[in-house]
Amino acid sequence: MAVPKVVGLETEYGISSPGRPDLNPSLLSALLVTSFVGPGQRARWDFEGEHPTRDARGFERPREEGAEEETGLASVILTNGARYYVDHAHPEYSTPECADPRTLVVHDKAGERILEASAALVPMIHEGVGRVVVYKNNTDGKGASYGCHENYLVDRATPFPRIVRDLMPFLVTRQVFTGSGRLGGAGDPPFQISQRAEFFEAEVGLETTLKRPIINTRDEPHADPDKYRRLHVIVGDANMSELATYLKVGSTALVLLLIEEDLLGQDLSLESPVEALHRVSRDLSLKETYSLKDGRKMRALDFQWSYLEASAEYVEARGEPPWGKEVLSLWERTLVGLERDPWELSDTLDWVAKLRLLQEYRERRGIAWGDARLALIDLQYHDVRREKGLYYRLLAAGRMRRLVTEEEVVRATREPPAETRAYFRGACLERFPTAVSSASWDSVTFDVGEEALKRVPMPEPLRGNKALVGPLLEKARDAAELLTLLGS
Amino acid sequence: MARTAGERRREAPSRQTEAPATEEKVGTSERVERLKKDIDELLDEIDEVLEENAEEFVRSYVQKGGE
Repeated sequence: MAVPKVVGLETEYGISSPGRPDLNPSLLSALLVTSFVGPGQRARWDFEGEHPTRDARGFERPREEGAEEETGLASVILTNGARYYVDHAHPEYSTPECADPRTLVVHDKAGERILEASAALVPMIHEGVGRVVVYKNNTDGKGASYGCHENYLVDRATPFPRIVRDLMPFLVTRQVFTGSGRLGGAGDPPFQISQRAEFFEAEVGLETTLKRPIINTRDEPHADPDKYRRLHVIVGDANMSELATYLKVGSTALVLLLIEEDLLGQDLSLESPVEALHRVSRDLSLKETYSLKDGRKMRALDFQWSYLEASAEYVEARGEPPWGKEVLSLWERTLVGLERDPWELSDTLDWVAKLRLLQEYRERRGIAWGDARLALIDLQYHDVRREKGLYYRLLAAGRMRRLVTEEEVVRATREPPAETRAYFRGACLERFPTAVSSASWDSVTFDVGEEALKRVPMPEPLRGNKALVGPLLEKARDAAELLTLLGS
Repeated sequence: MARTAGERRREAPSRQTEAPATEEKVGTSERVERLKKDIDELLDEIDEVLEENAEEFVRSYVQKGGE
């Protein structure tokens, strides 16, 4: 049975300190986090209940020694319910849980603003570090890749093999609108639709850094494990375009609703998913076809039309989810545009916007594809600084469309979404900062001066929302009283 | 009556089909000139914000893998 699609994004940002290339990237990442949070922040992330090595197929892999110590370097909760931390050699921002794709876009952009502010603060606080530049991309162009992971709440009862069968062809072909574009490769122009595609080598698996799989099997629900699964999608690109993020998350959430209800209506399994993933990324004509296990051959767009049609039938029949029609409408406009002329989507899709800019620059400046300025444009498109980032220059020139307002984004840097348990996490931290001793996705732990810490579990992602706990938070004069009101 | 999902796809224009060009006929050269000017302005602005020494900057952007 379908469960509401609570969604979240975790973005690992690329970082650079141009004046100080000797700086250790883990340390630099920690400086970003601590500079933003300041010395007053007390609540730490609670690692209890984190099981990144538990596999959805029902087994566990031995855990690497020392992994927790490293990630514990800097890991904090923000008043907007997000987690901001160091993941190995990158600063990572996990949005709070959101109940719809539009709210998630607001919080994803809020994350960019927080990284932008952090990078501006580091040289002011730490003498000798110099300027720090942060990129929301997925590769350094030299063989390293870092992720933008999506999370979707899924019914635990949905058989995992069905998720693999029905989601794989969708993930392989959705690149045509989720791709952020990347210079390089043997094509003419030497450009790929996706930043991430060529780093994937396997169909299904637990890994995220080696032999990356299209379907990741990490089984860490961060919620009631008997009811829910958190599907961890690692194959997507980080998007600058608000509409691309919205469409990526919205369409994937609709497809997961279909899969939970077993309503896709046909088996779209690909003969060779990994090879197809690589080819879709390189096929700028969008005309190549891919073999299905049943012998059919279809274009990437044909797969997407099939998923769109099944999703439209679902939304028309059920009248839900409430955001369904808006996502379908953008999805359809996007596929129509890609069929007719991808340039029509240069204000909507990152890969098209970037390719257009590269082509215009190359033609007007009369330079070859190998010119370093084009590689710099490819990188600087993702710079989160609004005065320097090229995505933001396109936005300012009226060449990119927005979905949300800057007022909403600024508010989301401080305030949690009202519809999920992130509200309780963020609001407690805002109201009672010294009493919150730690928090995780599914709990908040209080230190109210008693001998034992009090842990408030939150196994239901849609409870702990503003409607339920807002009145209690208003009424409570301190954390101890809040705990009494909560009945714990 | 709402269109069925199948109709959506059938109605989707194929790229082989020529798009109607009525709009293009009016003041084409004027629009093209304006478009060119807009692009030139944007590219000049981009040159102003691009990091200096592109080759060195791109070469020194090295990340460790993540996730």
